[in-house]
Amino acid sequence: MAKNFTTIAILSGLVLVMVIVTNLLGVRLFDRIAINLCIALVLVLGLQVFMGNSGILSFAHIGFMGVGAYTTAVLTIPIQMKGMSLPDLYPIIAGIELSPYVAILLGGLVAAAVAAVVSYPLMRLSDAAAVITSFALLVVLHTVMTHWSEVTNGPRTLFGLPRATDLNLAAGAAIVAIVAAVAFKESRTGLLLRSSRDDEVAAGAMGAHIARLRWQAFILGALFAGIGGAMWGHFITSFSPKAFFLKETFVILGMLVIGGANTVTGAVFGAIIVTVTFESLRALEAGINQANIFSEQVVGLTEIVLALAMIAVLVLRPGGLFATHEIGALLGRRARKKEDG
Amino acid sequence: MSFFLQFMIDVLSLGGAYALMALGLVIVYGILRLVNFAYGELIMVAGYTMYLTSGSGLPWLVMAAVAVLMAVVAGVATDYIAFRPVRAKSVTAVLITSFAFSTLLQNAALLFISPRPRNVPLPEIFSETVQFAGVITPARNLITIAAAVVMLVLFSWLMRRTVLGIAMRAAATNFTMARMLGVPANLIISSAFAISGLLAGVVSMLWIGRIGAVVPGIGLEPLLIAFIATVIGGMRSLQGAVLGGFLLAFMDTTLNFTLPQDLLKFRDAFTFSLVILILLWRPQGLIKGPASGQRT
Repeated sequence: MAKNFTTIAILSGLVLVMVIVTNLLGVRLFDRIAINLCIALVLVLGLQVFMGNSGILSFAHIGFMGVGAYTTAVLTIPIQMKGMSLPDLYPIIAGIELSPYVAILLGGLVAAAVAAVVSYPLMRLSDAAAVITSFALLVVLHTVMTHWSEVTNGPRTLFGLPRATDLNLAAGAAIVAIVAAVAFKESRTGLLLRSSRDDEVAAGAMGAHIARLRWQAFILGALFAGIGGAMWGHFITSFSPKAFFLKETFVILGMLVIGGANTVTGAVFGAIIVTVTFESLRALEAGINQANIFSEQVVGLTEIVLALAMIAVLVLRPGGLFATHEIGALLGRRARKKEDG
Repeated sequence: MSFFLQFMIDVLSLGGAYALMALGLVIVYGILRLVNFAYGELIMVAGYTMYLTSGSGLPWLVMAAVAVLMAVVAGVATDYIAFRPVRAKSVTAVLITSFAFSTLLQNAALLFISPRPRNVPLPEIFSETVQFAGVITPARNLITIAAAVVMLVLFSWLMRRTVLGIAMRAAATNFTMARMLGVPANLIISSAFAISGLLAGVVSMLWIGRIGAVVPGIGLEPLLIAFIATVIGGMRSLQGAVLGGFLLAFMDTTLNFTLPQDLLKFRDAFTFSLVILILLWRPQGLIKGPASGQRT
């Protein structure tokens, strides 16, 4: 038990230190990066809850982020703005204007509800079939977001969300997500689910209802994704469906894989490492573009580096940086070794 | 009658292209049980080769041959970079490395060529129309049907009559057993990737023939189509992939004719939902493949 508390303490401590340092520095750019990182943490932890415990790769996660973002958008865009940003919105919901904080929660709940409805049958599938159906689910969600103009303004940019996400809110959510992810992993459901990950047949034979266990994890993951998406919406304040597709899926997946999908520690460290690398590369890209070294704009450099890093990590350390043990357990073991020796 | 003929030509030409796409994906999956997410980028590679060689003044057929060759090279490269180092580890690892390799190629095209569409040279005949039996149809539809028939015949000859094909089918049925009987694993897998690249190259010519330009994201749609077609037909069966391709083309064309305009934009959502339903009903797809052996 103690090692779980150590893990939670260390990981949340990291987030707190980051908040304090950012506040002390007071640089706006760092503020933005820190908020992005906290939102990424919520998203990656959501993916970890499902993928890490069930061992099944899911591409649909970012789709639920989109569901959360659009839900909160519809509920919070000020009524006088709605005529402009969502001209075709159904009259019944056009008059609603909620506080962003309530709407963020609702965004998560709607994403979880959508996940609960569509995913139950999919959880029976394993291996490649499961991956392909989750990919199909992402495409379905993306197609719906791109074309349901009444609610999402179609493929065009949706604007007018009030800016509500600040560093404290994002960091708070990240810490809650850390605690929830560890708690779920150690819960009865999490334990059973992990046993099905390690040996599906044996777990099934012992009486684990694998489809239902996966379903529960999937819903929890979608809840995280919805909340993360909604917070991101209130941070960025305008977005289009393009923001919730393969590119973002790749980034979130990269974070989880580099850190190690099976552990919460891995998800947290992966998110931190990738965000820091990404932001520095993006700054480099912007620098190159500003200096006009090349005749055309440099784009895609960051993704290339991330792709190479992912391949390298998987070749050298297939389980990611933290493959099996949480940081609390690792430190605990080292301390015990010292005592013995 | 002429409507029926028109409908059949549409289905067959679309289905031919879809079937080739699906075959390219399933030949790798059959042996390795691994999905190649970088498959769509092979199509992109062939397209950009066409664009890069377009200034050379070579005849179109030579350029097309070079492009197909580049797709084959890219296919084998996928094996060496994304598959071979992690093949024996976890399924998830390979899925992710192939996804990473796909992103790598796409962004390389973004970085080194351009995010904007680039025109690809096409022979005159691709833009002409043909009229027969009261039906007017673009010549490229008939070319697609012919190319698909030739490729399918060639492919089934290769798989049934040659040593390589028989070894590949043996490896797909029971990889360990085939290895024990002296089938060289790496060679078989590389050949599967090379054939996959060849199919992708041919598909690329046909696919770009419809659009006339190439963009970094061009591979996504063929990849999705190949996914759906293989899932419908059966992930492990080559016949299943062809069947799935034609079935998907039939569904697409039918939906095109029957769905009202404002629902048509959701067509992809409809087809993908259908895929999910089929997988629930028959997780193996319509045609079951050979009995499954152990993965490498």
